[in-house]
Amino acid sequence: MSKAEIISWYRIYEMFKFQSFHMYGIIGSAIMIGMVSMLLFRKKVVKTFEGQEIHVTPKKKGLYRNLLGGILFGLGWALAGACPGPMFVLVGKGVVSILVVIFGATLGTFFYGALKDKLPH
Amino acid sequence: MDFISQPWAWYVAGPIIAFIMFLLYFFGERFGVSSNLETFCSIGGAGKFVDYFKIDWKQNSWNLIFVAGAIAGGFIASQWLSPSDVVALNPQTVQDLADIGIQNAGSTYLPDEIFSIDTMLTFKGFFILLIAGIMVGFGARWAGGCTSGHAIVGLSNLELPSLISVIGFFIGGLVMTWLILPLLF
Repeated sequence: MSKAEIISWYRIYEMFKFQSFHMYGIIGSAIMIGMVSMLLFRKKVVKTFEGQEIHVTPKKKGLYRNLLGGILFGLGWALAGACPGPMFVLVGKGVVSILVVIFGATLGTFFYGALKDKLPH
Repeated sequence: MDFISQPWAWYVAGPIIAFIMFLLYFFGERFGVSSNLETFCSIGGAGKFVDYFKIDWKQNSWNLIFVAGAIAGGFIASQWLSPSDVVALNPQTVQDLADIGIQNAGSTYLPDEIFSIDTMLTFKGFFILLIAGIMVGFGARWAGGCTSGHAIVGLSNLELPSLISVIGFFIGGLVMTWLILPLLF
């Protein structure tokens, strides 16, 4: 992630400005290849190394959950310029301030857990 | 060695991500980073306050190792494999950022206006970092996944909830980038 500059705040900004193909190419090609692997899992062509079938847990359904949660995540993603994976790569890079973001993200997760029953899903 | 020290093109990075995901499932695990934040809460004792976090976090140890690997990878890449921190941006992007008050875009990976220690130590700077994190954490759990779980795994698996979430990611991202960021600096 560091090497392809996915951890750069600017790459995320650029993506949301539609000014570069870079991030779209990365996510798009990962999905294309991902689709092939998911198909192989589903058709049971590929099993785990222990020979068990691979079931990818389906995501929870719910328009409010996905849309509202998604929008909130998107706001944070564009502001922090990092989603959860890259945040940790930035720690390794020695960016001290990202720890505040990670702390915030953990806090946000805690708030969700606390407010879960009151939110529309 | 030239290949390693140059920035990697999208057609290198995308397939690597897909391969990592394949490996995780092949070894009977899952691919998804934001659930680690939940694990952090559980380790930190959040289960005492909120039932949601009463889980056996040791089951998620592989994901935690993924996080440790990401930190190590970031360290290795920046220490030894990246001779330059310059990000080759579209000149239009650099201009747009200068217009909203972010100077020297692309000279390093991150803008000082958000991530420098000096900024972090101001009230506004700290608040921006914290709020960004809270939105990411809260949003990811509400939606049930982040970029890895929804955009990559979910879309690969042709799941409607993931498509809706990714549309949400973009609505939020576009609103932040086009409407809110210009007001912040």
